[in-house]
Amino acid sequence: MNDMTGSFRESAVAVEKKASLLEAVNLALHRAMGEDPNVVVLGEDVGVNGGVFRATVGLREAFGFKRVIDTPLAETMIGGLAVGMAAQGLKPVIEIQFLGFIYAAMEHLVSHASRLRNRTRGRLSCPLVLRSPMGAGIRAPEHHSESTEALFAHIPGLRVVIPSSPARAYGLLLAAIDDPDPVVFLEPTRLYRMNPQPLADDGRRLPLDTCFTLREGRDLTLVSWGASLHETLQAADRLAERGVSAEVIDVATIKPLDLDTLEASVRKTGRCVIVHEAPRSCGVGAEIAASLYERALLDLQAPIQRVTAPDIPPPLYRLEHLYMPGVEDVLAACESVLNYA
Amino acid sequence: MHDKLAIPYTRYLAPDGRPLGDLPAWADDAELLVRLYRQMVLTRLFDQKAVALQRTGRIGTYAPTLGQEAIGVAVGALLRPEDVLVPYYRDTAVQLMRGVRMEEILLYWGGDERGSAYVDPAAAEDFPICVPIATQALHACGVASALKIRGGHRVALTTCGDGATSKGDFLEALNVAGAWQLPVVFVVNNNQWAISVPRRIQCGAPTLAQKAVGAGFPGEQVDGNDVLAVYDRVRAALERARQGKGPMLVECISYRLGDHTTADDATRYRSAEEVKQAWQEEPLKRLQSFLAARGLWDERREQQLLADCQAQVQQAVEAFEAAGQQPVEAILDYVYARWPVALAEQREMLLERVARREASLQGGASHE
Repeated sequence: MNDMTGSFRESAVAVEKKASLLEAVNLALHRAMGEDPNVVVLGEDVGVNGGVFRATVGLREAFGFKRVIDTPLAETMIGGLAVGMAAQGLKPVIEIQFLGFIYAAMEHLVSHASRLRNRTRGRLSCPLVLRSPMGAGIRAPEHHSESTEALFAHIPGLRVVIPSSPARAYGLLLAAIDDPDPVVFLEPTRLYRMNPQPLADDGRRLPLDTCFTLREGRDLTLVSWGASLHETLQAADRLAERGVSAEVIDVATIKPLDLDTLEASVRKTGRCVIVHEAPRSCGVGAEIAASLYERALLDLQAPIQRVTAPDIPPPLYRLEHLYMPGVEDVLAACESVLNYA
Repeated sequence: MHDKLAIPYTRYLAPDGRPLGDLPAWADDAELLVRLYRQMVLTRLFDQKAVALQRTGRIGTYAPTLGQEAIGVAVGALLRPEDVLVPYYRDTAVQLMRGVRMEEILLYWGGDERGSAYVDPAAAEDFPICVPIATQALHACGVASALKIRGGHRVALTTCGDGATSKGDFLEALNVAGAWQLPVVFVVNNNQWAISVPRRIQCGAPTLAQKAVGAGFPGEQVDGNDVLAVYDRVRAALERARQGKGPMLVECISYRLGDHTTADDATRYRSAEEVKQAWQEEPLKRLQSFLAARGLWDERREQQLLADCQAQVQQAVEAFEAAGQQPVEAILDYVYARWPVALAEQREMLLERVARREASLQGGASHE
């Protein structure tokens, strides 16, 4: 029932085998390193160990220690090193082991990676990709469950991409590595091993800066990204059982936002629910809602609703299910939007 | 005075220019010594002009390099074109030797994006000056990693002040440089003052150079007002890195004779007596006296040099002032390789803002 294949524009060709989102990331990294000798992978435990989630497994064996580099345990250093490497024309793909540990690297992303092209009038640039697992739902320890995509989305010059299916992880990561500017690529840990899908390792890129309409619908628009898309699609199934036709959009690139696709959908359906796992205040949902009000107020038949985490730290894991929006929460928001006078 | 803990300290010339002992063999190269002196004088005159331009409102805040000329000029003379400089904001001296034009430096501090262009290919791979403290040390390690991955004999050299050595970025840079034996040279300009905080309360270690020892590679101190000392030890550091023998740190002990920036007033936190004493040690007079004693310099040459440098600086000021207005695209066109379609509306917003301001100017005081 649950459509996590993201079948939109991803019709299976030359399907070899099923891949999880994690395996899709690994396949894309192998593909990118094989295609371009300038691609290097570095981070904590990415080499011999293949990464703590095994996203980089096999790369060291395939491409050698000069291109798959175990770094000292210092996130600031990883961020700064990537800036220097990228300025030299390498394409570093750095891994921050968990999103909760990224803050030490933020200065390099914000003050340098995102600005080097502008600061040098295009003489130097920063084609780096920062990969990091994100989100709650895997019973992880403290500081291992954050969803802080909005922090990066606020920074001019950065792209922020969050895949929600194996196919989109594969195609978007390849596109992110190709991109001549820095990209923050956040991988929902809750989806890492969930529901493997047929995936052709054909090197095909998916477009950045573009939303993916996973299902077309008439009655309301459900907007989400990352792991929350799982519950969002389940909610759409439940609505369909009741004869309510929901359009489901995977934002995928959080920055810059493809507002045209979102606007067109909301103009059509007149109703919108935004679902994200990150805390509500100043979340990307707020940006989307504000933009839709600016563009399509008179086409809206109900106020836009957001289903998010509350503004609290991600809890220790026994109550994390209350932190993350559940299917019932999405459905409740849909009810209020559908029943609005 | 210098508790060295086995940290070498190098000084060849006394403050009055008198050699303290045998000089290194390369110091027989009279042409080189004169070239270093000429460049130090040019740097100082340009620097003075930049401060004057700020005082008269023609550029914004500027970080003077007064008293630091020996360090930057020695580094600039030693780097090869293919090496990569990763500088900080008090590096006018070395930037001028890397092909960055005086008018570009004035444009940058004058608030004009075009000052970041560095059109001279000599600086093609150099970083721009870094304003956040010490982050550049890590960028240099990234550059050095790339150089090492690709093989060859190129070196990255990065500079910073004494305050920067307190920051995690600096220490993480030393750590990775040592762990990976990177072809990188750290030049610390210990000018005694991080804005108002003096060296003695910046760090408890007797030398800044010994931080390198903790990271597994050599650190040395030199008299940063003695261009011969700086040149000799940075030369050794570059040679070492070029041969694949790993990093080295050179702590150049100098004194910031000027304010931190033109927005600072150093009289608030240090005594006139201290500054007066520091002027006795300054690098230009020291080298000039040495050259004169060797018969390589005299008053006639000095006057000719001053005239030449003034003319060069004046020409740059004229180019700076003739640059005209930058178009609005200057703040749009380099943020992304290609402006994202998804942000098209924001580009329009800015262009409309330009049109509105122009209409406002033409229409007088109306805010409509």
